[in-house]
Amino acid sequence: MMLNFFDQFASQSLLGIPLIAIAMLVPWLLFPSPYKRWLNNRLITFQYWFISRATNQLMLPLNINAHKWALILVALLLFLITLNLLGLLPYTFTPTTQLSMNMALAVPLWLATVLIGMRNQPTHSMAHLLPEGTPTLLIPILIIIETISLFIRPLALGVRLTANLTAGHLLIQLISTATFVMLSFMPTIAMLTFIVLALLTLLEIAVAMIQAYVFVLLLSLYLQENV
Amino acid sequence: MADKPVTIAQKRLLDVKLAELPTWMTSCDFTPNGILSAMRRGHDRYYNKYINVKKGGIGGISMLLAGYVILSYIWEYDHIKHDRWRKYH
Repeated sequence: MMLNFFDQFASQSLLGIPLIAIAMLVPWLLFPSPYKRWLNNRLITFQYWFISRATNQLMLPLNINAHKWALILVALLLFLITLNLLGLLPYTFTPTTQLSMNMALAVPLWLATVLIGMRNQPTHSMAHLLPEGTPTLLIPILIIIETISLFIRPLALGVRLTANLTAGHLLIQLISTATFVMLSFMPTIAMLTFIVLALLTLLEIAVAMIQAYVFVLLLSLYLQENV
Repeated sequence: MADKPVTIAQKRLLDVKLAELPTWMTSCDFTPNGILSAMRRGHDRYYNKYINVKKGGIGGISMLLAGYVILSYIWEYDHIKHDRWRKYH
């Protein structure tokens, strides 16, 4: 029985090296770079197929100026997917449960899209603050609301990722504790809870991938408006 | 069959005799560059043996992930040893 369910989110350090540092380096180990051969090994071929499909999908709605962002967006997608999925292994640490890290990813990228829009086409990006066809009386209020919604975007990006992953990990821990405790005196209920746990783990795998995708997709949408 | 005479610094760990172990350890390169190149060599050996093969399966990556799980357990041991089944034993 854990003394405190939130202790799994505090990164432990051994010999002065925090576990979060190792956890953030593991995705680099898992994606080897392709080399100059006609046929690479299976791992690289599979990753290359996935990366090219993802880049194609992501860059489809964006115009040619935004294609400069292809590398950083796809790298971000791979990083987040790998971090989230690795966090589902036992005893591992998920860096994306830390709000500090997600805000560090969200705020600079969002700010970059806004500044690019303001610099290259200021009228066009200002025009996004007022949707078409609004009644004249509502214009001042709507501009204020749209500005607030613009500034809330990085907060929403970071907090969405953090909250989804933290909630998932906590739920898995709670339900597994319940299963263990009930195994001795109520085995049938424990079996039902175990089935819930199995389904929840499947959901978590899906959520891990979906959240990474949503993060990158929204960034590409903000980029699309501004470039 | 006699071994070729090589300097002790060039031998791999498994070829070093027990009596020669202290001299081998002192001849190791413990500078950051040396450590990095040793890690690079280890990584390349693992990669070329298990992943960079014609019909690599799931085993190469699974061993890596299992090693990562064990490493995380070692890192968190100081904290995990406080978990227990009953409040009073």
